Amino acid sequence: MSPVRLRTAPEIPGHRSPRRWRLADAVVPAFAGLAFLYLLVPVAYTVAFSFNDAGKSNLVWRGFTWDNWANPCGAPQVCKAFANSLQVGLLSTLVATVLGTLVAIALVRYRFRGRALANLLVFLPMSTPEVVLGAALLAQFLTLRVPLGFWTVVIAHVMFNVSFVVVTVKARVQSMDPRLEEAAADLYATPWQAFWRVTFPLLLPGILAAALLAFSLSFDDFIVTSFNSGPYTTFPKFVYVSATRGIPPQANVIGTAMFVLALAVVVGAQVVTAARRRATRTAAARPEGSAP
Amino acid sequence: MSLTMALVSPAQGADGGASEEVAARRRGRTGVGLLLPGAIYLVAFFAVPVLALLATSLYAPVPGGDVGQYLPALRWENYAAALGKFWPELLRSFWFALLATVAALVVGYPVAYVIAVRARGHRLLQGVLLVLVVAPFFTSFILRTIAWKQVLADDAFVVASLRWLHVLPDDGRLTATAFAVVAGLAYNFLPFMILPVYASLERLDVRMIEAGGDLYAGPFTTFRTVTLPLSMPGVVSGTLLTFIPAAGDYVSASLLGNPTTTTMIGQVIDSRFFRVLDYPTAAALSVVLMVVIALLVTAYVRRTGTEDLL
Repeated sequence: MSPVRLRTAPEIPGHRSPRRWRLADAVVPAFAGLAFLYLLVPVAYTVAFSFNDAGKSNLVWRGFTWDNWANPCGAPQVCKAFANSLQVGLLSTLVATVLGTLVAIALVRYRFRGRALANLLVFLPMSTPEVVLGAALLAQFLTLRVPLGFWTVVIAHVMFNVSFVVVTVKARVQSMDPRLEEAAADLYATPWQAFWRVTFPLLLPGILAAALLAFSLSFDDFIVTSFNSGPYTTFPKFVYVSATRGIPPQANVIGTAMFVLALAVVVGAQVVTAARRRATRTAAARPEGSAP
Repeated sequence: MSLTMALVSPAQGADGGASEEVAARRRGRTGVGLLLPGAIYLVAFFAVPVLALLATSLYAPVPGGDVGQYLPALRWENYAAALGKFWPELLRSFWFALLATVAALVVGYPVAYVIAVRARGHRLLQGVLLVLVVAPFFTSFILRTIAWKQVLADDAFVVASLRWLHVLPDDGRLTATAFAVVAGLAYNFLPFMILPVYASLERLDVRMIEAGGDLYAGPFTTFRTVTLPLSMPGVVSGTLLTFIPAAGDYVSASLLGNPTTTTMIGQVIDSRFFRVLDYPTAAALSVVLMVVIALLVTAYVRRTGTEDLL
């Protein structure tokens, strides 16, 4: 299917396109509103039930309480599982981000034999369902008789995260002007200096985005973890396993806290970007010499 | 937002020509050196394990041995046995994944359209709406799936109103049905559908849609011949990002489904591995799942003419 190519017409003053589909104007946003409801109702449930005076089962609403928030580690194991998830998440994010960033730079900036193969190697884990990734790694650990636990979970998380880091950082490298590095070299910077003074600061937003993505994928992973963790428990595994007996409301407290934290990070990043954009614009608009 | 956008939007080189030129000048050892640690990691913990999986799928049980003891062999019958026994679950997984993908597209496309086209120029509104789209990602997806179970429960509002409207019979229910599983799958992967479609529509020139109207095309014709073709790259990546994980998912099916009519292949692989200790069957089913998905994805991408996405 070839995209339609139209030449953009010059704007004719006073001319406005005839608008004939007024009904559609309202229908599409209304539909989108329902879709947002669909997206957010389960989130609202999760948040609301963190305040449930749950007793034994947190499936039915029994009344409002602050107790779960006052005592988030009140349920056995819940904080242990949360701490485990943080450890696995931080370590696997660090390793995957370093490995993935190097691969991304290599794939965009260098030409060598086997590059197509390397691209395929990066792409395949992303197009393989998690069940298969988990089962394959488990088959290998079983064959080599590796005991399952913290380290096998970290190895598994790094594995599925590397590709996501590569894709994210690659986009950033591609949008970076390579002549900046050349200029650094022309000014007698060693490759090492050029990397740390020029390339790295320019790539940093992409690398941070990749690290955040990797952490959230690791923190929320259940399927690969359940295959390769043995007796080790992460937060999603804890929630899944306790689903049959009833999940303690403290799990909702932790889920809600993570939700608020992540939302704050995203909104904060947007506010900072907007403020910086405004600052640049004002600085550019200000005539020379009038700066305070 | 760059977090998710970077993931789903096809990379755009700002200065492709210059970049090619520089890359051509710098070749050889440094590049390979940068690549090697990551590549070795992926070979050791992705490529080799997939081969281990392939080998495991051909193992034979130890004669007279205990449950869970196998010997390396070339037992191709494992595949015939696994498929003969579990083809309904395999077919059902692809069927549910397809339904969930279509549902996510139907629900997600208008959302992406509203954010990218209707809210264009209103930076703040766009930002807020995009945050709402990714917001569900920030609560654990298992907690969200359990919340679905509560939303669809027999004594909750949704079922009560559907019964009152006689859409559902008086003893009708939504939990433990195929509907709940597909809705759960579509729900879990909906942001993966919305974001790439949004990224495509964001670049669409609104004047093209207006031109459709100027040329006396109705809204439907304009959509079919202008908007949809131009957003195809986003639709293709969105459907892939939904279909692939949905086909292998077993969380939705095991939390929202029932043990007989909604079992998906992921649940079978899991229980073969951990409960029955039938490693060859689990491995054979995983290999089949991986190969079928690879074939479907290749055919689909060829068909839609978007190979360069890969």
